[in-house]
Amino acid sequence: MTSLPTSTEKKLGLVIDLDTCVGCHACVISCKGWNTENYGAPLSDQDPYGANPTGTFLNRVHSYEVQPPNLKDGTQPAAQLIHFPKSCLHCDDAPCVTVCPTGASYKRSEDGIVLVNEQDCIGCGLCAWACPYGARELDADAGVMKKCTLCVDRIYNENLPEEDRQPACVRTCPSNARHFGDFADPESNVSILTRERGGFDLMPEQGTKPVNKYLPPRPKDVAPEFDVLAPYLEPIAADAKGFVGWLDKALNALPGGVN
Amino acid sequence: MHPAPSVILFTTFSGLGFGLLFWLGLGVIAPSGLSAFIWFALAYAMAVGGLFASTFHLGRPERAIKAFSQWRTSWLSREAIAAVATLIIMGIYALFALFGAHLKLVGFIGAIGAIATVFTTSMIYMQMKTVPRWRHWTTPALFLTLSIGGGALFAGQIVTTFLLFTAAAALQGYTWITGDSRLAQSGTDVKTATGLGHIGDVRAFEPPHTGTNYLMREFIHVVGRKHAQKLRMIALILGFALPVFFLNFHFNHMLALLAVISHIAGVLALRWLFFAEAEHVVGLYYGKR
Repeated sequence: MTSLPTSTEKKLGLVIDLDTCVGCHACVISCKGWNTENYGAPLSDQDPYGANPTGTFLNRVHSYEVQPPNLKDGTQPAAQLIHFPKSCLHCDDAPCVTVCPTGASYKRSEDGIVLVNEQDCIGCGLCAWACPYGARELDADAGVMKKCTLCVDRIYNENLPEEDRQPACVRTCPSNARHFGDFADPESNVSILTRERGGFDLMPEQGTKPVNKYLPPRPKDVAPEFDVLAPYLEPIAADAKGFVGWLDKALNALPGGVN
Repeated sequence: MHPAPSVILFTTFSGLGFGLLFWLGLGVIAPSGLSAFIWFALAYAMAVGGLFASTFHLGRPERAIKAFSQWRTSWLSREAIAAVATLIIMGIYALFALFGAHLKLVGFIGAIGAIATVFTTSMIYMQMKTVPRWRHWTTPALFLTLSIGGGALFAGQIVTTFLLFTAAAALQGYTWITGDSRLAQSGTDVKTATGLGHIGDVRAFEPPHTGTNYLMREFIHVVGRKHAQKLRMIALILGFALPVFFLNFHFNHMLALLAVISHIAGVLALRWLFFAEAEHVVGLYYGKR
């Protein structure tokens, strides 16, 4: 049924740290790797080795340039490059769920994960229209809607070692920019991170109440002009003596200027 | 939004078909025998043909029957139910009309069903918060005016057609004028999309991939907007001005046919613009509209 649950027992989701993300796309690859051979239809590629490759991804990393305003003295601060991973935010008020005509899209009342039952999906694409974040992609081969499952087949999977029972993107992130946990618990890792670092919602004005939170980049400190090698490149003998000293003076005396 | 031919054909012809069924159901024209067959065949060809075209938009059309289940929340599901219910009710009305009996109550319910079907179609678009241009009362108003206006033209109601076409053209003009600024007024921009606006000006620097993807194909449509202003004028002329001009003369079937063809071409152009000009907020993540 495509009605949303009034509340969910748990609110599982991700915290994504825009301060530490280095834009390596490892989460994109590990996500595709896990999800193309597990839950539901594979994540197909079209023309993968040709001139115009496209494919289905559940997680994509954008990069944005942010130019801070000029300082009071008129100098322009350096622009910042911020890498921005984006996947389903598992919204509390998910517009993608209620528009579904078949009941294929649903939000689980036990943990808040938004899923697609691919056996019921007719591939009308309306859920992707309703999502402001671009979190859903219609697979061109299977004709059904694909989206982040929060690796529902990993997080409860007792066949996996305990440290692997988290979403593939979180498990793989080399810069620890992705965190998985329960937002319904105020003392969970993700709740604490959100509270302490000022975690925010994407497009709050759309009223979707996303569960996933983003942590803002920390303010950049201004490093003084500093060169590690400079001390070693100083001339050892500033004033030459003996024959070299005479040569230096003699050459300086010639017309053509002093070097 | 990508102006998919299947959806343009669907909204145009289903709109006209249900518009004609509306007038037939109201009994404004009450044909019987062979002429009833021709009228209803025309209306059903457009309504059902449009619905059939819409299934080409589906990834798995063989499961389309499941779309009747979620009427509690989904406008698409409500549309499917309203369309099929209307076609069945008007089918009964048409069957009796063939033999000269006009069941007034059945026709009246069918006419309301036809209006409801067009309204549910328009609400699929109007409900999209992600497409600010559509999220406005003008979307259902325009869909309904175009549908019953086109239906009146098909039903040969010249004065009604003239009035409804005037209203539709005015409404369309108002929709364009107010719609052009609605994305900017929606409060959603790249700053709220990324949450980075507090640092400074945000610019999309690198997309996630070198090629295209489903989201960009479906939601970002830039090329065709170049000629939008010209197309708007052409659509208004073909859709409303020319048909009214043709109908001004003493009625004959040749002129009526020209009026109908011109109107269909105009509405197709309007629907193309309806999709091509609509900006989905996901484009903000790609620095495009």
